[in-house]
Amino acid sequence: MPNTAALDTPQLLVELRGVGKSFGGVPVLTDIDLRLEPGSVHALVGENGAGKSTLSKIIAGIYSADSGELLVDGEEQSFGTPREALDRGIAAIAQELALVPALSVAENVFLGREPRTLGWIGRRQLRKEFVALAERTGFALDPDVPVGSLRTADQQKVEILRALARGASLIIMDEPTAALSGRDTELLHDVVRQLAASGHTVLLISHYLSEVLELSDTITILRDGRLIRTAPAAGETEASLIEGMLGRTLGSVFPEKPPLPTAENEVLVVTDLVAPGVNGVSLTVRAGEIVGLAGLVGAGRSEIAHAIYGSVRRSAGTVEVDGVDCGQSIPEALGKGIFLIPESRKEQGLVLGRPIRQNVTLSNLALVTNGNWVMPAKERRASRDMLERVTVAGDDRRDVSALSGGNQQKVLFARALQRSRKVLIADEPTRGVDVGSRRAIYDLIVDQAAQGIGVLVISSDVEEVLGLAHRILVIRAGRVVAELTGADMTEEKVLTAAFADPITSGSI
Amino acid sequence: MSTDTLTQPSRSFARRIPWRSLAIVVPFLAVFIALSIGSPAFLTFQNVGNVLDRQSGILIVAAASTLVLIAGGIDLSIGATYMFTAVICGTLIVKVGGVAGAVLGITVGVLAGLLVGIVNGIISTYLKVNPLIATLAMSFIILGATKLVSQFGKQGVGQIRVDVPEFRWLATTKPLGISLPTWIAFVVLVILGIVLWRTTFGRYVYAAGGNAEAARLAGIRVNIVRISTFALAGLASGLAGVIDLARTPSVPENDAISTTLTFTVLAGIVVGGTSILGGEGAIWRTVLGILFIAMLYNGFTLLRIDPLFQGIALGVIILLAVGFDAWSKFRRR
Repeated sequence: MPNTAALDTPQLLVELRGVGKSFGGVPVLTDIDLRLEPGSVHALVGENGAGKSTLSKIIAGIYSADSGELLVDGEEQSFGTPREALDRGIAAIAQELALVPALSVAENVFLGREPRTLGWIGRRQLRKEFVALAERTGFALDPDVPVGSLRTADQQKVEILRALARGASLIIMDEPTAALSGRDTELLHDVVRQLAASGHTVLLISHYLSEVLELSDTITILRDGRLIRTAPAAGETEASLIEGMLGRTLGSVFPEKPPLPTAENEVLVVTDLVAPGVNGVSLTVRAGEIVGLAGLVGAGRSEIAHAIYGSVRRSAGTVEVDGVDCGQSIPEALGKGIFLIPESRKEQGLVLGRPIRQNVTLSNLALVTNGNWVMPAKERRASRDMLERVTVAGDDRRDVSALSGGNQQKVLFARALQRSRKVLIADEPTRGVDVGSRRAIYDLIVDQAAQGIGVLVISSDVEEVLGLAHRILVIRAGRVVAELTGADMTEEKVLTAAFADPITSGSI
Repeated sequence: MSTDTLTQPSRSFARRIPWRSLAIVVPFLAVFIALSIGSPAFLTFQNVGNVLDRQSGILIVAAASTLVLIAGGIDLSIGATYMFTAVICGTLIVKVGGVAGAVLGITVGVLAGLLVGIVNGIISTYLKVNPLIATLAMSFIILGATKLVSQFGKQGVGQIRVDVPEFRWLATTKPLGISLPTWIAFVVLVILGIVLWRTTFGRYVYAAGGNAEAARLAGIRVNIVRISTFALAGLASGLAGVIDLARTPSVPENDAISTTLTFTVLAGIVVGGTSILGGEGAIWRTVLGILFIAMLYNGFTLLRIDPLFQGIALGVIILLAVGFDAWSKFRRR
């Protein structure tokens, strides 16, 4: 909704006409017409690779369009650099924040353009300008706190304030909440609303459809580099968006759960586990069972996973697979049949600069070697078989960094599936993964369980846990605080248990 | 999501050129051809043989150091280790004498290098000291130890000279007309190249440097891998120290020699295109990088250019190589 409350914010009308862009001969955007109404929140949705990020980068001046034109307030523009876009009032908030952690909030906001006389920074003046800016936008932040001590959502606020201090009136946010916990996500949503209320335009890119529907005035759907439609958010639903993005209906988001095996065959038994962030956890997973670990970010779910996997030292407790004790190291855990797909595929999962093939076989090189000798033909076959199973197409000699987030995640599943496991732990398996790939990953998880593997799924997305797991353990402060089965498995019960003690959950 | 196709999207020609590989190959060939035309003395069996003979030690060290760099470490103590092992070897030959002295000198010298490498590895992994600092500190310690040993070896003034046939054969033998050090270097390079290219260990070296945390969670013992690379670098320094001692045949006793060796090795590796950040690189790159620098110096001599310009030229080349590397990475995006 175009906002009339804007007082001193310059209104900026950005339009794209017939914009196209290709990389190395492959078109990624074709004939895009877009009109970003001043003072509105405009969302871009689409699968990974649909062209959302490319489109936003053209507007932000990071890429230049091959064809078509970009109009700002009716004037044609061709930005060579993000700098030039910023001079025209367009700023992109990067996913990786570019802040100086040791400097204060105010110093970061005015970094590079501090009020100064003869090279001396006028601290009082700096503060004054900050307070004025914060008041104008309604962002409450302590100007003197070092940025490094803020939570991520607040750091994003600092980044946004910095853009505003440079006179930005269109703010582009690419997946701003991907790395945020539930509470921080709420905070960031408020930020977006405040921005729109103060007359700024927000271009929002997000995989979270509920977020998109809640925040935006207008939604544009992209598919394969083409604009499917631009329509008011009020007229869209999650289903209509998914259908637009995929070109078909998704069916159910979640596959049918495999029937729980009747045999009480406990494949993973964890007893009184104590490790950093884990305060006495006991749990069991039966063969063929999917157990969900729910809880807030920082509640200790990933820590439990790492303690089971042996990637952090356990100070007490035992981990048994099929009744055999697992040692304290990752190779031992792997040997016993545990595999962990870690939370952050880029930092903990993949070697990004190496080929896809080598990333698939990394944990199981012994299967494709003769002695210590890698057999290329064997490795190629193994890798292709696995990639086919997880539905990743293309030349597997390319660097894994060339793949989309969803496909990168599938490469990790390919690594997990290459050898038969007994226990599979998947930590945030669909973070930053597009809708289409998400279903494929769910299918893989369910398929593993159907084969009699005990699966532990960790997710911040409560719906995901509900949709996948036979049984849910809610984690808070490094402990299992609730076990939900059958009819008790509802979003409300999970959240109630996760939030039960506001002091504990708030400080984590 | 189709799975039946394993085809690559067609790319434009410019995209398909492996820019990063060309970074070293093109200038190497260009200088090689230019020198062949410009100086009749360059492309002769004797000159090329001499250059290779003189570079054999440095090539061995550089090849092993390439593994250290790819695994995400760096070793600044290679020069010191090289001198240390030469002094140990020379001292033993002088003190023990005869064939026994030569055998003992070679063995203990090489093993001393291995020991230093293992210590470097342990300090920079399990003791969590940054490898740059750890090996810098180690190089001072080793240089000090070198002086202790050499004082014992030469007993007063003068230099340790090991001009004895029982030891010199290492450098003077010429199977098929090519010096033994060149052969040794060739064998070491081929072995290390294959290790990196086709073995499990090689794979782990790349993974450890490319993303240590991912490698660890994939079940690779990253610390062991890194220690092994340091151990190999130490072993190679020991071997090179012994070989060069046989070539000279007096013990080098000048800290500048150790520093120059370290820097030349790192320069060669970087000029070859191995990333200083780890995770990528190759032995053949390092060979071309080291030989490129050697060829340049050789060319300066043959063309009678003031050696003063050698350093300047090398510096410019390093900057160009690293700059090109950065540019080609940027291009790939």
